[in-house]
Amino acid sequence: MKHTISVLLQNKPGVLSRVTGLFSGRGFNIESLSVAQTIEKDISCLTLVTRGDNAIIEQITKQLHKLIDVIKVTDISDTDYVEREMALIRIKAEAATRAEVLRIADIFRARVVDVSQKSYSIEVTGSHGKIAAVTELLKPIGIQEIVRTGSIAMTRASKKY
Amino acid sequence: MKMTGTQAFMKCLEEENVQTIFGFPGGSVIDLYDTILQQDKIHHVLVRHEQAAVHAADAFARVTGGVGVALVTSGPGATNTVTGIATAYLDSIPIVVFTGQVPTALIGNDAFQEVDIVGITRPCTKHNYLVKDVKDLVPTIREAFHVARSGRPGPVLVDLPKDVMNSMINFPDKKPVEMRTYKPTYEPHPGQIEKACKTIMKAKRPVLYIGGGVILGNAHKELTEFARKLDIPVTMTLMGLGGYPGTDPLSLGMLGMHGTYFANMAVAKSDVLIAVGARFDDRVTGKIDEFAPGAKIIHIDIDPTSISKNVDVDIPIVAGCKQAMAQMNKWVDACDYDIDAKKAEFIPWLDQIKEWKNKHPLGYVDETDIIKPQFVIQKLHEMTQGDAIITTEVGQHQMWAAQFYHFNNPRTLITSGGLGTMGYGFPAAIGAQMAAPGRTVIDVAGDGSMQMNIQEFATVMQEKLPIKIALLNNGYLGMVRQWQELFYDKRYSATPMEVVPDFVKLAEAYGAVGLRATKPSEVEPVIKEALATDTCVLMDFVIAREEGVFPMVPAGKATTDMLLV
Repeated sequence: MKHTISVLLQNKPGVLSRVTGLFSGRGFNIESLSVAQTIEKDISCLTLVTRGDNAIIEQITKQLHKLIDVIKVTDISDTDYVEREMALIRIKAEAATRAEVLRIADIFRARVVDVSQKSYSIEVTGSHGKIAAVTELLKPIGIQEIVRTGSIAMTRASKKY
Repeated sequence: MKMTGTQAFMKCLEEENVQTIFGFPGGSVIDLYDTILQQDKIHHVLVRHEQAAVHAADAFARVTGGVGVALVTSGPGATNTVTGIATAYLDSIPIVVFTGQVPTALIGNDAFQEVDIVGITRPCTKHNYLVKDVKDLVPTIREAFHVARSGRPGPVLVDLPKDVMNSMINFPDKKPVEMRTYKPTYEPHPGQIEKACKTIMKAKRPVLYIGGGVILGNAHKELTEFARKLDIPVTMTLMGLGGYPGTDPLSLGMLGMHGTYFANMAVAKSDVLIAVGARFDDRVTGKIDEFAPGAKIIHIDIDPTSISKNVDVDIPIVAGCKQAMAQMNKWVDACDYDIDAKKAEFIPWLDQIKEWKNKHPLGYVDETDIIKPQFVIQKLHEMTQGDAIITTEVGQHQMWAAQFYHFNNPRTLITSGGLGTMGYGFPAAIGAQMAAPGRTVIDVAGDGSMQMNIQEFATVMQEKLPIKIALLNNGYLGMVRQWQELFYDKRYSATPMEVVPDFVKLAEAYGAVGLRATKPSEVEPVIKEALATDTCVLMDFVIAREEGVFPMVPAGKATTDMLLV
């Protein structure tokens, strides 16, 4: 099963390599990974998506927690959460297809971020499924380049008052 | 107080009560070595290969219960420590390895003797550090010792660039190390203790399965008390030997691949298995699905990742072994159960174990004209009253030592369990003898392993250490040969040691004493002479060439599928 794990870690050289080394060394896989500084400049937040049965996920979270530089590990798949990815896509857009590209972009609430006589570049944000859907639709028109981020995710705030 | 980085380094070691370090100099640490010369509180042992420095530091830690320290130069000095570090990592031994590094301005430039040792050792250290600024030096060293010795112990590496060590600092005051991200749990959860104890009270066929954690956590007293309170039989992993007295009637000896018949049978038929500081290694469990199939498993370990890693655990207890066993003793003392009635209920189980013991005791076929290796170990045990510190290399001799020395005390078997490092025992004997100057230290070796760090004779002689080496010489890489005999139709690929040095002459070349025994009747006189000699003695026992280690569970088989003598 797919799990999204959020890891708070010390923002120090080599920390990311401790995390990725742990995954490769123990044969766990990483489907996507995204990391950036948090509001505290000495702490980073890393979101990773991995797959495995409960025993494997339990090992992954425990092993991550065991790393000295790791502050907190949360398997947010256990909670109600929001998850987003972003993609930048350059699509071939000549006279016949220019309008169609914009239409599809509009449906998915994507934004045009660059334009040339023969292409549009769009920025699209959403769940993993949404990004997959928009790329499927744009493929026949001609995707020239695509760059995707890994997932980032956040648990939803408690709705109790 | 203003001082250089090198002076601050020495002061940090003093703070940590380090009296002995093992090392080898080089360009990047030449300033540190200059500082070593200007003080007399810390004794530096000059090894002949950096791997030996780490093994010696590791054994020093195993014998004393403190932290071992090694110091080497950058580049090849640093890479030579890797096997030693991995050895300590797999056995959870607290050591701090200091490596020199090229000046910070040259890092990343492929400078002379530069290597990214922090990158290389990341997967085989508990943690490691590169000190880039002299103001971080003292806090980093303090943290390194703290990390190495606390929680589940392990090796820590600190990389020290040459310019950092030559910079000036004000030595900061000592204060307790506080780490935001690292706080090991020592005290067990009372609810889990109760659950575990109640499960044991309902058991009919309990077994204690103890590992290196009992020794590392100094839990042998509490554990022994618990086992005897309830008459629960105890089996030990290789790393756990000495954690419970080996000659005690409740002891089942070692379990696993070369464990005793009765230990493996007892575990297989147990209904409650209490694992204390052990990690269900494949050499212990054999085929995992058939390991203790009918048992409820209680697992006490300080490292949460050990729990439910290889087998599903019914009652996990994350705690120090000492603390957990102390709480369990308390619970049993205070509980309403009738302990004597409970012990009476265990009698049929203990009788069954006795029957297994009588059916297949540990043994070997003795011969009159050729020395059996097991006989040598038995003699060593007898003639040292079981009180020596035994270090071993890795292979058949290691298993014979584990089976036949019957370790009664913790920290007396110093062996590479997890990594299985040939060449460990001789440098380990150096560390052990430095740690316990008055005691008899014997390296039980094989002719293959012995040659892997034989250069350390020079270190032994330089330090005037009275180490004894019991070399079980069969001219083979015996353990691999045994596998080839049993599972590869006797195709002895690369296991015959076609050239073996004359070990007696070799010992003599270094100024040590060499003795040889070729007949069983010579074993005792040779050991007697060796033990009476106050210098290093190598005893070359020419043993039965194709003797095997039994029982043996073939790799991947259930532990009840044992090949017996």
